[in-house]
Amino acid sequence: MNTSPRNLLASISIAAATALTPLTSQAQEPVRIAFMDPLSGSFASIGTSGLRQIEYAAEYFFNSRGGILGGRPIEIVPLDNKQSPTETQLQFQRAVSEGIRIIFQGNSSAVANTLSSTISRHNRRNPGQEVLQINYSAVDPALTEEECSFWHFRFDAHAIMKLEVLTDYIAMNEDIKSVYIIGQDYSFGQVVADTSIAMLQEKRPDIEIVGNEFHPIGQVKDFTPYVTKIVASGADAVITGNFGADMVSLARSIIDSGLRIPIYTFYAAYDGITATLGEDAKGLVYLVHNETSNPIPTEERKEFIRGFKAANPDKDVTQPRIYNALRMVVEAIEESGSTDPYDIALALEDRRHTTLSGEEIWMRGDDHQIFQSLHISVHTDEGVEFDADNSGWGLFSEFHVPAEETIRETSCRMRRPRR
Amino acid sequence: MLEVFIFATLNGLVTGLLLFMLASGLTLIFSMMGVLNFAHASFYMLGAYFAYSISSYLGFWTGLLVAPVVAGFCGALVERYGLRHVHKHGHVAELVFTFGLAFLIEEIVQFLWGRDTKNYQQPELLDFPLFTLFGQEFSAYRGFMIFISVAIFIGLYYTLTRSRIGIIIQAAITHPHTVANLGHNVPLIFMGVFGVGSALAGVAGVIAGPVLTTFPGMAIVLGSIVFVIVVIGGLGSLAGAFVASLLIGLLQSYAIASDVGMPDLLDLIGVSFERSHPLNDLWTLTLPQIAPILPFLLLVLVLIFRPTGLLGKREE
Amino acid sequence: MLTRLIPWIGFTAALLILPLLFDSILAISVLNQMAIAIVFALAYNMLLGQGGMLSFGHAVYFGLGGFMAVHALIMIEYETVYFSVTLIPLVGGLFGLLAAIFIGSFSTRKAGTVFAMISLGIGELIAASSLIFVDFFGGEAGVSGDRTFGPLFFGVDFAQNVEVYYLAAFWVLVATLFMYLFTQTPAGRMANAVRDNPERAEFIGYSARRVRFISFCASGLFAGIAGGLFAMNYEFLTEENLNAATSGRVLLMAYIGGLGYFIGPIVGAVVLTLMNSLLSNYTELWMLYLGIMFVLTVMFLPRGFAGFIMMHQMAWYHGKLRSLFIPYLITGLPALIAVLGVVALIELAHTQEELLHFLGIPLSPSSAISWVVVITVTAVAVNATRRSLGQLKKAWEFANEAAMGTRE
Repeated sequence: MNTSPRNLLASISIAAATALTPLTSQAQEPVRIAFMDPLSGSFASIGTSGLRQIEYAAEYFFNSRGGILGGRPIEIVPLDNKQSPTETQLQFQRAVSEGIRIIFQGNSSAVANTLSSTISRHNRRNPGQEVLQINYSAVDPALTEEECSFWHFRFDAHAIMKLEVLTDYIAMNEDIKSVYIIGQDYSFGQVVADTSIAMLQEKRPDIEIVGNEFHPIGQVKDFTPYVTKIVASGADAVITGNFGADMVSLARSIIDSGLRIPIYTFYAAYDGITATLGEDAKGLVYLVHNETSNPIPTEERKEFIRGFKAANPDKDVTQPRIYNALRMVVEAIEESGSTDPYDIALALEDRRHTTLSGEEIWMRGDDHQIFQSLHISVHTDEGVEFDADNSGWGLFSEFHVPAEETIRETSCRMRRPRR
Repeated sequence: MLEVFIFATLNGLVTGLLLFMLASGLTLIFSMMGVLNFAHASFYMLGAYFAYSISSYLGFWTGLLVAPVVAGFCGALVERYGLRHVHKHGHVAELVFTFGLAFLIEEIVQFLWGRDTKNYQQPELLDFPLFTLFGQEFSAYRGFMIFISVAIFIGLYYTLTRSRIGIIIQAAITHPHTVANLGHNVPLIFMGVFGVGSALAGVAGVIAGPVLTTFPGMAIVLGSIVFVIVVIGGLGSLAGAFVASLLIGLLQSYAIASDVGMPDLLDLIGVSFERSHPLNDLWTLTLPQIAPILPFLLLVLVLIFRPTGLLGKREE
Repeated sequence: MLTRLIPWIGFTAALLILPLLFDSILAISVLNQMAIAIVFALAYNMLLGQGGMLSFGHAVYFGLGGFMAVHALIMIEYETVYFSVTLIPLVGGLFGLLAAIFIGSFSTRKAGTVFAMISLGIGELIAASSLIFVDFFGGEAGVSGDRTFGPLFFGVDFAQNVEVYYLAAFWVLVATLFMYLFTQTPAGRMANAVRDNPERAEFIGYSARRVRFISFCASGLFAGIAGGLFAMNYEFLTEENLNAATSGRVLLMAYIGGLGYFIGPIVGAVVLTLMNSLLSNYTELWMLYLGIMFVLTVMFLPRGFAGFIMMHQMAWYHGKLRSLFIPYLITGLPALIAVLGVVALIELAHTQEELLHFLGIPLSPSSAISWVVVITVTAVAVNATRRSLGQLKKAWEFANEAAMGTRE
């Protein structure tokens, strides 16, 4: 090592400058990330739950440990889009006007699609002011297939991937000879129906599809008439992509009518649904989802959940994919050393990340789709260390499919921006 | 096939009678004051939420007794301090007021109870199947719903036609000034009728809450259907409301239960279209798909061909 | 003649200057929203305020016009047709007119409750149908387009929002002008007459039904123009632009603004847009406040905000408007504090946080002091307001009575 006086002086200067840097205001400027979801209106409980989860994650993983990029805290900016595509546009304008470049969004594929086209248009018309879309929950396959975009990243397995696992699980059950499909009459419900039928046909050609029913979203108050048809059809199982009030009503009607057959769903837990299902649905309601539920595999994840419950007693950690996404985005920021969406996007592509559960998940660069293990959990009170809705009931994971087995081809032809 | 029909009829009956409980209160209020109360379904929601809270501490049956009273009381207050004040500004103002009230009550409910779905459970006493037919159970709770609805209808009928107060109310509907001249306190009667109408809506909420789920949007979901019923049945006619409620309840139930649709109709004529046809959505339409909008279709048809409704009185 | 032109000149000037004063992206976006709302609310008022027809399903014409406009944008993009996007609002208007002609042919036979109920039924029907007929309406995700195609308009391709604003401002001016002129035509005047006394109108030879039909169609035309403006601004349309909530919102706007005055809906549209876009960023409970404000307006200000302003006309004629300034202050200040106090109470009761920053004042729901302070301040303010009402009443009477020797 060369210890001439000039080099020593240089070293001391550099050391002093580095030590003093955190004290300058530039380094303290927060990294602002918008969280856009319904925070008022009928879907508010899901939106606010997600907001609490991302705020807690930002604090737990980053802000309490000194921030990111050399001391900058993460600031989560809530944007209430009331689950309305129109409002989404307005809130997007607001985010842009405040210089926010990263937007998290998840509820409603319709909104996600709108946001994606809005962002594509905006990015195309305003080079240098691009915005990044972090989709943590909208599972319409189109978003990473025919409608894929360089500026959109999805952090949940899409509907077809989940149905692959769900139909595998159903196929394993020899007792099921007939299936009734019922769903909401829109793109997602139709994808669920068409895909389930095709997949079951392939895996268990002996299973008969005895019903394929569509109902308008949020309009049906009493599902008993539909249940009558299910009973009359003699179905051994029901598949549905319903969520929210539609899911509760359907499950309750099935249970009320004494029908004791398994119901395979995407979203039949948390946000009041578990509490409503209660005892009557024990062992009958199944969900396909990412991030295994009880038993929680690692102490780190348990600690996170306990901490969250302590801070938000009436909420649950319903969507671990939110903090997975946040952590991956931050890793991309740290690696690229920049908060510019273009750099972050490049760093996110083909990124691998180890989750709190100890699993490695992978963000594919071709279509910006995440691949992770998928699980089937059942509604029960046995072995449920962490319950839902403080009800004593919760999800117990019975069936696991590792990430590699969920990978599929994509039809995405992504137009990459020139930089 | 038969089982589907029987259960569809039973389901339609339950729904229809529930709708009638709501429609009867609305009809009474309309007959009395000439205003269609947009906030009527809101008292239904309030009934359900009050019952939920009460039943969490004191059980379902206490809720059944107390919640409608509270809802009725709220209704009376609304009439006394709100509607009466707005009355002098005209019919449009009254309608708009009740419209704003419906909106406000929904917000207040979300403020007080939160935005999520409430876990309002049926009473354990009725948690058994009343009978089982063709493998499907008909729960005792639904039987209870039918029982209460019919009991209320009978009670209402007898009160209005046989009791003294009922006669006075009927008179006050058509000749308020004369009744006032006879020394009766007509404003008090108005307030009472509004309160009772709201209490009726509250009862509907108490018993429907566990079945139709208790959530902040429950008023909107039923509200418009109840309006349709009242108008189809004929504004101001209780019997009309009864007929229309059952008609709509059964119609929707049968529509959903059937598997009939445009494809069958086209087959009958011997016509078929390609999937890529611009009106493909129309050709693949099925009856269950349009079941929720049948009431509105019926409304428009009735209003075009018989504007006074099925059993309505002549236009003034 | 010139005095009548002054409001129009002022309006045009405001439209031109506003985007220069408020030029942030968010502000332009809010201004665009206001423009759309103004045209829609004015169109609605043609029906309700001027024609006396209460419609619960007016969003249908707004939405149908908008959907057609988006499809026109798509056709321009794929070069099926070729015309400037500046005409898109007109496309929306024409389609809205068509829909109004079709539906009005049977729905305007009767006025009053029957009309209101038909409009409700039609509104629900079409909104529900929009989810079934996916080809035209696009299902849940709606239909989206791109406004930057087609021939350039003096070199502008409308990629920027502010360019859309000036287009919208132009159409707002044109639409407002025509709607105002309509009220001055025989058709418009007869609409007023039929609203007030249909029987009498028939006696002087006008068919009440015909008049209603004309009003209805005109209203549908302008609602469709508003829908077209919406399509230009947002570049997509969904089922929610047809539904009862949208119909309800325009009713709110027209009513809060004031039905009986031409500028009423303009006021209502501006106020509601501001509440919708800005207030929601400060509190979760903004819809609750909106509901309260609506109900209170219906109860105590039945003529709306515009009506409230117009109430002072008499005082202005007498030149005594000045004299009301101090009395309003004396009542207004404690009233404002009382309102803020109630809002603070509601926010305190609702908040999940430990600390609430209310207008910069830190309050805590767990601290008894916060509660006591807020309640006391509110109570004092309410009391002060009540006691000051007497002097306000006196001042009002003074301002409104005829001065000696002046015209009455």
